[in-house]
Formats: sequence, structure tokens, C-alpha cells
Amino acid sequence: MSAAIAFENLTLGYDRLPAVSRLDAAIDEGSLTAIVGPNGAGKSTLLKGVTGALAPLDGKVRFGSLSRDDIAYLPQQSEIDRSFPLSVVDLVAMGLWREIGPFGWLGRARRARVDAAIAAVGLTGFEARPIGSLSGGQMQRVLFARLLLQDARLVLLDEPFTAIDARTMTDLIRVVQRWHGEGRTVLAVLHDHETVRTHFPDTLMLARELVAHGPTSNVLTAENQFRARQMCEACAGPPHDCGKSAA
Amino acid sequence: MIWEAVFQPFAEFGFMRRALLGCVAISIGATPVGVFLMLRRMSLTGDAMAHAILPGAAVGYLVAGLSLGAMTIGGLVAGMAVALLSGFVTRVTALREDASLAAFYLISLALGVLIVSTRGSNVDLMHVLFGTVLALDDAALILLCSIASLSVLILALVFRPLVLECADPQFLRSVSGLSAVTHFTFLALVVMNLVGGFHALGTLMAVGIMILPAAAARFWADSIGGLITVAVVVAILSSLTGLLLSYHYSLPSGPAIILVAGMAYGVSLILGPVGGLVAQAVPRRHSET
Repeated sequence: MSAAIAFENLTLGYDRLPAVSRLDAAIDEGSLTAIVGPNGAGKSTLLKGVTGALAPLDGKVRFGSLSRDDIAYLPQQSEIDRSFPLSVVDLVAMGLWREIGPFGWLGRARRARVDAAIAAVGLTGFEARPIGSLSGGQMQRVLFARLLLQDARLVLLDEPFTAIDARTMTDLIRVVQRWHGEGRTVLAVLHDHETVRTHFPDTLMLARELVAHGPTSNVLTAENQFRARQMCEACAGPPHDCGKSAA
Repeated sequence: MIWEAVFQPFAEFGFMRRALLGCVAISIGATPVGVFLMLRRMSLTGDAMAHAILPGAAVGYLVAGLSLGAMTIGGLVAGMAVALLSGFVTRVTALREDASLAAFYLISLALGVLIVSTRGSNVDLMHVLFGTVLALDDAALILLCSIASLSVLILALVFRPLVLECADPQFLRSVSGLSAVTHFTFLALVVMNLVGGFHALGTLMAVGIMILPAAAARFWADSIGGLITVAVVVAILSSLTGLLLSYHYSLPSGPAIILVAGMAYGVSLILGPVGGLVAQAVPRRHSET
């Protein structure tokens, strides 16, 4: 298997303070990988580094067969203005931006794909609803429908299942597994280790530095978790005090 | 009766017809921009930009007197300079857009008042601040109509990215490089329409015709198209009513127009079906879905 993304001595951070330090890892193409680690371990920062929103302080993110245009990204806290007068269809159809751009016509065939994506996340019948009237779980379904339409070879999800009900989570995990089945590469930041064990074959554990990366059962061990917590507690102060990672 | 009250002033006096045409042009050009200002929670930005235009218009006045061209160009330059500088500062420093914009427009405004008061009389200052809708000449009308046409055209071109930039800027940045272009194009639209508006209504009142109809429309429509339609209709009706009130009761026309728009806002606030006070107080039946 070839690597979809390779992190090479990657250091990412804000205001020159590293949040991810000297990371070396390769994410295989078509893999379904969970990123876990304590709070402040740099998980979200790593995804921002992949999207290019954050430039590396050192090292690089190398894309194998992919490019940045192949990425679909679901941020942890979307900046969506829920009071904006948009319907579910409007928001989901934005997923077609790369195809239709600022002037392209939606047309009947694309509209059918929009409806199919809405159906795939179980929101048929909600098409005309204003986004302001949706619950948190329904909104997350809408965002997944938009990701579906983006048809990306690399999907980045930042805590996609936080603060949603179990039923929604089950449905959305089915969408993630569908991506995996279609050979797309999926990277998801997750907190719940039970979910990771059940549904994610690979895991990358991060505590500013790499703790472990590989098959989930090898990574999610008590020993690794203890080590990650210790490494992060060592980093509890200002990041530049953080032992050797500041060197 | 109705003829005398509503139609006769326009039939009899050319300056009333010109004023109405000017106001309709401003309503069509500026009000849709105001709808987006409101949706982006930038309603007060319009106000700040209006103040920023003042020194440009004042320099134009200083150089060429009450010249339409010089004051227009001056206003455009000053407005764009403030928009670009504050946008630049926001993007490269930690200062948020509202603070950087406030800083630049306050500097700009002080400069403007200084320039006007060293050279002009109070009458001139009043002209710049409150406009001369009842004294629009051919050149001014052509300018207002051109600005309105250009504004509608540009808005149509950037409509989709602008909606996306308002609703989900993060997403737009992730799929396209148009975010910054869209933002600055939109600010340019704001400046352009304010400069057009200040010839008729003055720098301060021009913001009123931009924002008040948009705010009123929020209580009647819940789609973007609906908001723009309602806002433009409110703006045109306010212009018409305001001009008539100013004619019959000898009121200054700019403030009269804006106050009518303000009343439209007040009525909408109370009676509007989308979140108006009455609609909120009366329990509604649940919808099917």
C-alpha cells in the first residue's frame, strides 16, 4: 500500500509554540485511522496542518498520490452561521462547489445527487428546512451529506461524533464505513476509545509527539495511554517548557 | 385628492421627479448590499465606512469645489483605502476587524471634519453630511443610475461565493481561493453605493437606506431572494413617502426618507410574520415536518 500522506519531522504550532512536535508517520491510502490523545495533544492542529490552514514550523506534510484538492474537512467547531437564511438543500449542495464553482448550474442530475446524499444521512423530507431549525445531530447529518457530495479521496473529521445522540452516531459511522469501503482515506479525531476499537482499524496516538501508530489493538494499550498522559502532563505548562520537544 | 397628494408634486416639479429617480436608483443598488451587510452582522460597518468616505469627499471639495466628479473620486479613494487597510491589518495582525475598522474610520473622519472646516462653510459641511436630493442635476442622476446598475451586476457575479462567505467562510476557504476576493469585492460594493448615496442623502443618511429596509425585511422573509425583494420594495416606498412628506410639510428630504424607512422597520418589528413581536406572542400550530 502506498502512503496517502506522510508526516516528515513535522512540527506545527501557533505563534512559534509547537503543538505537534517532530512527527514522523505515514497514513496508508485507503486506511481508516483514528487520531487519539489527551486534551491539548495537538490532534486538531494536525488536521489543520494537513488541510494547509496551518503552515509547518518545521518538517513537512508530503502527499503521495493525493493533493490538497482531494481533501474534504469537517472542523470541530464549524463557523457556520446558523441564523443565515439557508435551507438544508442549499447547504448540502455547497459540497458540489469544486464541480460547479461560482457560476455553474445545479441542474437535474446534480440535484438528484444532492437528494441522494440527503437520503444517505437519513434526512429525506428535511430538504426545505432552514438550517436554523435543525438540532445539533441533524446539523451534523447535514454536514456529512455535504462531505458525501465533496466526493473527496481524503476525508478529515475533527471530533465528528461529539455531542450527538447514539442513533445519529450509528448512522454517521455507517457513512464513514461506506467511505472506507470505497477506498477513500479517512482520518478522524476521536475521544471515545470504545468507538475507535469497534470501528477504526488503525490508530495514531498523539501527545504533542507521536506515542504510537499502527493497528488499533496494538496502539490503544493501557501502557501507551499512561505514557501519553504523562507526556501531556509534562507539557501542561506553556508549550515551550515541554521538555525535549522544545529543543 | 390622491392626485394632489401623491402625483401632482411629481407631475408639476422636475426636481421631485429627479429626486424620486435618484432615490429609486439608490434603493435598487444599495439595499441588496445592505441585506448582505445585515446577514454578515456588519450593519455597523456600513456606518463606519460612511464616515470613512468623508475626508475623500472633503479633499475633492477642497481641490475642485462642489464638483461631482472630484468628490466622488475622493470618496471612493478614501473609502477603499480604509476598507483595504483595515482588511489588511485584520489579516496580518491579531486585531479583529471591528477594532481595526473603527481605528481607521475614526482617523479618517477626524481628518475629514478638519479639512471641511478649514476651508468650507457650515453650509458645505451640511451638504456633505446630509446631501441634496432635491437638487440632483443630470450628471448626478447618471452617476447614481450607473452605480446602481454596476452594483447589481457585480452582486450577481459574486452572489454564490458571497453567500458562502457569509454562511460558512471556513468551507469556502477550504474549497476555493475566492474568500479574500469576495470579501474585498463586497467592501468595494459598500463603498461604491455609499459614495453614490451621499450625493443624494449625505454620507450619514446613505447608510440608512442601506440598512433599515434590510432590517425590516428580516421580519417578512426567510430566504435571501425574499429578503432582497422585500428590502428593495421597502426602500422605494420609503423614498416615495419620504419625498412627499418633505414636499407637503417642508421637511428636509433626506431625514424624512430615512425616518419613513425607520417607521417601516418599527411596523415590521411588531407585525412581521417572521419572528415579529406579535408573531412570537401568538402561539402557532406546529408544522407537519
